[in-house]
Amino acid sequence: MLGKTAASLFWMSRLLERTENSARLIEAGFRIALTHSSSAADEWASILASSGAKKSYLAKHEDYRSAKVIDFLLRDRDNPGSVISLIKQARDSARTGRIALTREVWEATNEAWMNLKTALAKPVEERDLPDVLAVIRQQSSLVRGAVLGTMLRNDGFNFIRLGTFIERADSTARILDVKYYLLLPSIAQIGSAVDNVQWETILRSVSAQRSYRWLNGSDISALSVAEYLILHRQMPRSLAFCYAQISDNLGYLEREYGNEVTSHRLADDICDRLLGQPVQNIFESGLHEFIVEFLAANNSLAAQIETDYNFQDRIS
Amino acid sequence: MFDEMLGSDGNVREPYADYKNWLDQEDTKRLRRKSHDAEAFFRKTGITFNVYGQDEADERLIPFDVIPRILSAREWRKLSRGIEQRVKAINAFLYDIYHRQEILRAGRIPVELIANNIAFLPQMIGVNPPGGIYTHIIGTDIVRTGPGEFYVLEDNARTPSGVSYMLENRETMLHMFPELFAQIGVQEVSNYPHNLRRSLAACAPPKCQGKPVVAVLTPGIHNSAYFEHSFLADQMGAELVEGHDLKIVDGRVAMRTTQGYTAIDVIYRRIDDDYLDPLNFLPNSMLGVPGIMDVYRSGGITIANAPGTGIADDKALYSYMPDIIEFYTGQKPLLENVPTWRCSEKDQLEYVLEHLAELVVKEVHGSGGYGMLVGPAASKKEVEDFRAKLIDNASNYIAQPTLALSTVPIFVKKGLSPRHVDLRPFVLVSPDRIDITPGGLTRVAMTKGSLVVNSSQGGGTKDTWVLEE
Repeated sequence: MLGKTAASLFWMSRLLERTENSARLIEAGFRIALTHSSSAADEWASILASSGAKKSYLAKHEDYRSAKVIDFLLRDRDNPGSVISLIKQARDSARTGRIALTREVWEATNEAWMNLKTALAKPVEERDLPDVLAVIRQQSSLVRGAVLGTMLRNDGFNFIRLGTFIERADSTARILDVKYYLLLPSIAQIGSAVDNVQWETILRSVSAQRSYRWLNGSDISALSVAEYLILHRQMPRSLAFCYAQISDNLGYLEREYGNEVTSHRLADDICDRLLGQPVQNIFESGLHEFIVEFLAANNSLAAQIETDYNFQDRIS
Repeated sequence: MFDEMLGSDGNVREPYADYKNWLDQEDTKRLRRKSHDAEAFFRKTGITFNVYGQDEADERLIPFDVIPRILSAREWRKLSRGIEQRVKAINAFLYDIYHRQEILRAGRIPVELIANNIAFLPQMIGVNPPGGIYTHIIGTDIVRTGPGEFYVLEDNARTPSGVSYMLENRETMLHMFPELFAQIGVQEVSNYPHNLRRSLAACAPPKCQGKPVVAVLTPGIHNSAYFEHSFLADQMGAELVEGHDLKIVDGRVAMRTTQGYTAIDVIYRRIDDDYLDPLNFLPNSMLGVPGIMDVYRSGGITIANAPGTGIADDKALYSYMPDIIEFYTGQKPLLENVPTWRCSEKDQLEYVLEHLAELVVKEVHGSGGYGMLVGPAASKKEVEDFRAKLIDNASNYIAQPTLALSTVPIFVKKGLSPRHVDLRPFVLVSPDRIDITPGGLTRVAMTKGSLVVNSSQGGGTKDTWVLEE
């Protein structure tokens, strides 16, 4: 497979995953804005920070009014991280890698772009927002379904999955990065109702508020929320889950190509060193430091995958 | 005016008899719905083309009309024999013009027509393309003015496009009207990608080892024909590469894969000669591969079509095609040329200037329907503006009579309405055989009375049927 094609598949799924995560973040923020309007501005600021878009937002807008933030995150073509920009780039990637995709995967991606262009053609009114966000998540799910249902389990498939899980791990870690202070033990001990709302927001932004309850009943504690998002192996958006998948996908590529690569070693090191410790240790040595280190490691892994599989021409 | 369905007298012509029977039973509402379905299908599949200089909002569909264009087996035999003769002559001409130039020595075409022609590539002199083939892929444009009157309008010997529409139009028709194909015997077109791969692989270069590796070279996703490039690569099971995926490694053209560089044997390039090799042609080209011409000359790669084939479909040379065919085949042309005035010649230019409002005037190196004058359809001012350009640079133009192109009905709100059409059959040339897919791409001017069928000018397409014997 061409290096460029592998890169296209990797980025197609990364960008689609990002649209989906962005929709979840907006949903969580919107809920706070509706129910606790006093903290809405803070919430939007932290969502913009999680999406890495705070600076570019402030260059254009002066306050965090919900309508403005939502429009910026969904529809602003000047914002490369807006859903409309992301879906366009995801579809361009799919076009570039078209010959490695099944007809169903290509059409699902193309239709996702067409449908989101229609859904986001005009500013989204508050009453329509939940529906639009649902459409965004759905479109991404349809592509994933087509990938799982129709793609050969070959190298192309593994590059698609790598894109998904690298992005998902990044997204979950960024949410933790922005909200980590809510999970610090000193604040957790206060145990007020407001904190519960905040923790719920964290869970909601990874679509995990229900599953968390199935597993933990109604006890929400900082330690168990952090453990759930970082280390829980059944929770499909946890860092540990993403890394188990990443390690599998890289292992497949090594076997398929018959050569050992640095990225697989890096991934296993992240699994063992960062994700192989009890949550108490993470808190003891510092939750924030842990997240910062993880984000950096995840980034270098993505760069190493690019290098190992010749995504771009390296000037030698 | 000759209508291919209704003739000149309004009686249904024989090739359309069965189809017209079916059509007369068909509910107009159902047809309208099918027509809508077809558009949704094309959009969903991404069968679109980009309009240059516009953003993504202008990814357009080529209008598709649900009424097929139908040719009888007898009509097709006549056409395909004529095309085959022409294609053989073109390849012989290209070999000659880049080697001994017998045709110039014999005085059959003027030397300056070649020597001063930018489509003639001196870099190709003395080069022997693998398999001896210059034009692996040709799309001959044919127009019709009466039951037996076919003319070749252009030879398209560089990089003809549109074959993906031929294939997808048929797929769409099969999907929408399966019962029709059960009732009427229509010759298959779906073998084209298989034949394309076979004919490309049959011209593997001397340095090829084992099964030839075939790749399609595209300028990328922003090119207007990108859909076709990825479609053909996909259907052939070939790689789809861009210039930045390629470099010269150990004297071969190699593509960057996830496991390092791998040599390519045959490259079906969909970029023009000028962009192919910045070391040999346009130095600023980012689309090509630096040094590919040297690899080509040393037998390390097959480039299809060969560089320099443009000289064969040059519009200034077109008027000499009957002589070229006779010179290399020893036979009279089976298909006629459209009579052509060369504006480079003084007496012919005078005639053209006198009759400008009746003629079609084209740029010698133009394509896509840009920069041409259709006299009868132009305003007085347009004619006069064009006259100035023509006088200013006469040798840049040729002129032809405005042909009364045949019509085929299209489906409009009120039912059927005739529109002008042309036909582009697709030809594949291998060392041992010539394959012409029965049918081709019918382009149709969607505007009533218009003679311009180019998709860049709003033209549409139709499925083209050749009936079984």
